[in-house]
Amino acid sequence: MALRAWFTRSYTQPGAPGLRALTVAREEWRQVTQDLAAAGGRLVALWASRDERGAATIRGTFLAERRGLVLSLQLADAEAPYPGLVDLFPAAARMQRALADLSGMHSTDPDTRPWLRHAAWPQSYRPLTDPRPLLPAAEPEIDPYEFLRVEGEGVHEIPVGPVHAGIIEPGHFRFSVVGEKVLKLEERLGYVHKGIEHRFTELPILEGHRLAARVSGDSAVAFSWAYCQALEGISGVEIPPRAAWLRALCLELERIANHLGDLGALGNDAGFAFGLAQFSRLKEHLLRATQEALGERYLMGAIVPGGTRADLADSGARRLAICVRELADEALTLRAIYEEHAGVRDRFTGAGAVAPELAARLGLTGLAGRASAQAFDLRIDLPCEPYAQLTPATIGRSEGDVAARVAVRFDELQESCRLIRRICEAVPTGPHLAPVRVPADGAVGAGLIEGWRGPVFVALEAAASGAIRRCHPHDPSWQNWPVLEHAIIGNIVPDFPLINKSFNLSYSGHDL
Amino acid sequence: MLKTLRQIASIGIVTEQPPQADESLRIRDGLQDRIRAVLGRALCIRHVDAGSCNGCELEIHALNNPLYNLEGLGIRFVASPRHADLLLVTGPVSKHMQVALRRTYDATPDPKLVVALGDCGCAGGIFGESYASFGRVSQVIPVDVPVPGCPPSPTQILEGILAALSLSPARTASAGERT
Repeated sequence: MALRAWFTRSYTQPGAPGLRALTVAREEWRQVTQDLAAAGGRLVALWASRDERGAATIRGTFLAERRGLVLSLQLADAEAPYPGLVDLFPAAARMQRALADLSGMHSTDPDTRPWLRHAAWPQSYRPLTDPRPLLPAAEPEIDPYEFLRVEGEGVHEIPVGPVHAGIIEPGHFRFSVVGEKVLKLEERLGYVHKGIEHRFTELPILEGHRLAARVSGDSAVAFSWAYCQALEGISGVEIPPRAAWLRALCLELERIANHLGDLGALGNDAGFAFGLAQFSRLKEHLLRATQEALGERYLMGAIVPGGTRADLADSGARRLAICVRELADEALTLRAIYEEHAGVRDRFTGAGAVAPELAARLGLTGLAGRASAQAFDLRIDLPCEPYAQLTPATIGRSEGDVAARVAVRFDELQESCRLIRRICEAVPTGPHLAPVRVPADGAVGAGLIEGWRGPVFVALEAAASGAIRRCHPHDPSWQNWPVLEHAIIGNIVPDFPLINKSFNLSYSGHDL
Repeated sequence: MLKTLRQIASIGIVTEQPPQADESLRIRDGLQDRIRAVLGRALCIRHVDAGSCNGCELEIHALNNPLYNLEGLGIRFVASPRHADLLLVTGPVSKHMQVALRRTYDATPDPKLVVALGDCGCAGGIFGESYASFGRVSQVIPVDVPVPGCPPSPTQILEGILAALSLSPARTASAGERT
């Protein structure tokens, strides 16, 4: 069956624009995903939930042909394995393992090692579906995790982490090397798993955006907007035009704040401390202007159900417009310095390259994807308001190396500064907040927002009287972490910090 | 090269005055005063993310920007707990980070200070305690100075770090409520 036929059978998915929903039978689950893969589709997220009667459902969100599809597969027997998708969408591997750790359903795919579960809870305990609280265990054991071993003469392993030698999040990297050259990298994540999905079920549905903003602190706007989009979809609320524009302002401010931080850190990792000093100065100016205009340096509380918490005064709009104009000019000066610096250019060019074919096969997404010719941006391809009116420019490179990921950041920085100036000039007048009702029991909403790393997805299922039955936040780092393992192959160990930084993936947003 | 030098010269020095220690934050004393007197403000910090959302890390990074210029005060971040005087711990402590945090603490030479950062480090924050989280840092290692905020601003972080360092006479003078 062609993809079109599946879409014809589908119905509207409340939440993000362009999303459809479809419930399929067990034998159809592979057929529809095969058709999605054949059409060059992307896997966005994979998770499981149980309805009010306890019936288990596997859900997956996919994007293809400028549309989205939220697939549901109801399991008659939650203990029997459901059909795995790793051969079609390699990024499904870790999502399926995490799903087994948290919800207890297993796929037919061969890698059955735990992923998010270390020693904190036993395999028999399923945090998201077990009604019993977990009894406190004695001292946690060191869990036995099997890394794939590389064997041969002169091969040795370098274990790194979870505590890293810098101000960064924790995770474990196992390098197999010969001399300085990396033969294989295997990641072990899950160290900052703090039970976010379980915590959502303890919050009122009108309060969940506060937790969503803290799934990954550097993507607070993207996650809280995606959460609110899902909630507003199932509450039947249309946010005022001004609210949509102000949300876009926040999202672009978040994007350039992160890009400025990364551009400085990447210069530093290439041995050019000047870059860190300059870009961190620019970032501080931006954060102060953001605080003056919107009341926060980091916009943890800016997006609320129905609109935005604060309105933007004319003086704040002027302040931001001037700040980003200066910033865009200074960034151009610094870009020229980076590009003319022989040492920086030498470290950036060719390091950690991901060829476009590999990027497509593995599903590399977001900013890193755009540096490897994966021209996909929700703001352009599946725009929510106000992006259809703002028309962001398409940005991309095809080299797929550190230099390309740096270039995409420089280009996106200019484009986001342009969008911010446009918003500050043309933001519609009117209210910035609409009232939001509690959604109906059992309603399922989906939010999808292009955060600075890539597509941020939130699935939200309402329970009775304003409670949350299930909320699944998904960071694009899930797709991109496995690609980093490929990007490092054949590079030298000392280039890993630089290559890793050029992706700058989230640990907290992934570990949940 | 000329462009780089021109940029450095045209921007000049942008470092601002540091804040004073916020003595009201200190709840415990990891250092004796005579050691503090020797240390002065020369302090080595090891940061440990024990479960943070990465928000606090962004503001810790800001401390190193030229406006706050932490190194200008003699305070710097180091790569190993073996080199550290102070652990700066963020996040609710996830159960999966308990062992790593405990080992990092044990690897830090005595006498040592611990600053717990953010609403999560101070009290568990929005994540609280669960099957996967211990909540506050002091559930796992002793804490000298908790610094609340979500995330705390660079100035607030610096006030907390300086409070961990300052001598007790000043502390007794302004102990109690934040003024």
